[in-house]
This record gives sequence, C-alpha cells and structure tokens, in this order.
Amino acid sequence: MLTCKEVSMLVSQSLDRRLNLLEWAGLRVHLLLCDGCRRFRQQMAFIRRACRHFPG
Amino acid sequence: MAKNETTSGALSLALLEEYRPYLLRYALLQLRDNPSAEDAVQETLLAALENRATFSGKSSAKTWLTGILKHKILDLYRKQAKEAGQVSLEAELDSGAGDFDTLFQPDGHWQTWPQAWADPLKNLENKRFWEIFEICTKLMPAHTARVFMMREFLGLSTEEICKGMQITATNCWVMLYRARMSLKLCLEHNWFGGKFEGT
Repeated sequence: MLTCKEVSMLVSQSLDRRLNLLEWAGLRVHLLLCDGCRRFRQQMAFIRRACRHFPG
Repeated sequence: MAKNETTSGALSLALLEEYRPYLLRYALLQLRDNPSAEDAVQETLLAALENRATFSGKSSAKTWLTGILKHKILDLYRKQAKEAGQVSLEAELDSGAGDFDTLFQPDGHWQTWPQAWADPLKNLENKRFWEIFEICTKLMPAHTARVFMMREFLGLSTEEICKGMQITATNCWVMLYRARMSLKLCLEHNWFGGKFEGT
C-alpha cells in the first residue's frame, strides 16, 4: 500500500505524465480509502484550473 | 468578444494598447521582474502591430496577444536559465530536498490533513485571490517557478521543458511537485484561512 506521501507525488505526476498500470492501480486504491489524499487531489486540480483561468 | 476585435483591419495601435494592462499583469506574474515584464509586453505589442495582417479573427485579440506574449516569456526563460547556469539549478534541487517532510509523519501519513477548499472556483473571480496567488508564486525558488510557469501557464509538456532547461524528466517532476506543494501551502495559509478539518 502506498503512503500518503508517495500518493501526493503520484497525484502531482499524474498531471504531467501517464502513470503506469501499477502506479495507477495503487493510486486508485489509496484514494478510495483516504479522505486526505482525495482532498489533496482536488487541491492540485484546483491549482491547475486556476493557472488556466488567469483573469483578464 | 467585442465586435471590433474580429477583423484584422481593426487592430489599431490604440486598440492593442487597451490590452497592455492585462498583458503586463500576465507577464509580471511569470517574470517576477518589472523591467523584463514591460519589455516583453512592449515587444509583444510591436510584434502584434507588425503582424496584424496574420490575425485571423478566429480567436479573440486577447488570446492572440497572449499567445505572442507566451513566446516572448519563453525566450526570456531560456535566457535566464542559461545565465543562471546548471550549477545553480542543481543547487536549488539539492537545497529543496526534504522541504515538505514536515507535512508528513515518518510513516508517510499526512501530518497536516489536507483541508477541503470551500467553493474554489468562485475564488477565480476574486481580485484579492490573484494578488495572494501572485505573492505565493514569488515564494518559489527561481528555477522551480520557471518550470512551473512553463508547464501551467505556457502549457509546455514536460518533455519540452526538459529539453529547454536541460534537466531530466525526474528532476522536472520533482520541481513541479515542489512548486505545487509550496503553492498549496501558501494558499492554504494565506487564502483558504487555515480552517483545518478532519483529524
């Protein structure tokens, strides 16, 4: 089982590259069980969205 | 999109000038330096004026101008990275190692549980949010910030960034991770109010 720290790195990397099957499966299982990491993933998604929506 | 933006003939200098404040804000966020940002915007407006015949009107003038500005910023990034040299980049990578260890317990669990950010998309309309956002990006180390901006604002792939900055993919991912973590922490402390939920 991946730790939250490892998951946080994978969540970030999933924004930059395609994860391999093993990483992807490990991430899925962990996220299913871990509230904190799910929120972390939402935070990362928000940061990406924010950058794409720079105001004009 | 305003009507007068749709035809290339209407892209007068006066109209282009109207976009200067926006372009400057965009450049400042990424270049963190007033004179370079002003130069980049100036060059963008001049290039736009010179090439206005190529403006098809398919996208808005703002999108078109931002596209030109992105190229100018990228040129500056390459120049800055070259001037700073690989040694300073390696040093930055080394010095940042372990920066986020305090966020986790020794067994890899969260030390500080990530909190739910309330209604995040609403923040994007808030001027104050962007001020904080800008301050937070300035806290990142220089190379890290550049890599982050190339990825998230200029929309480059990690392969392109690796090539441009002459770093390995792994180092690129490490820098992006650190940039995102530092932004997350800064936003959490200074914007999302530090209302920690959960245990």
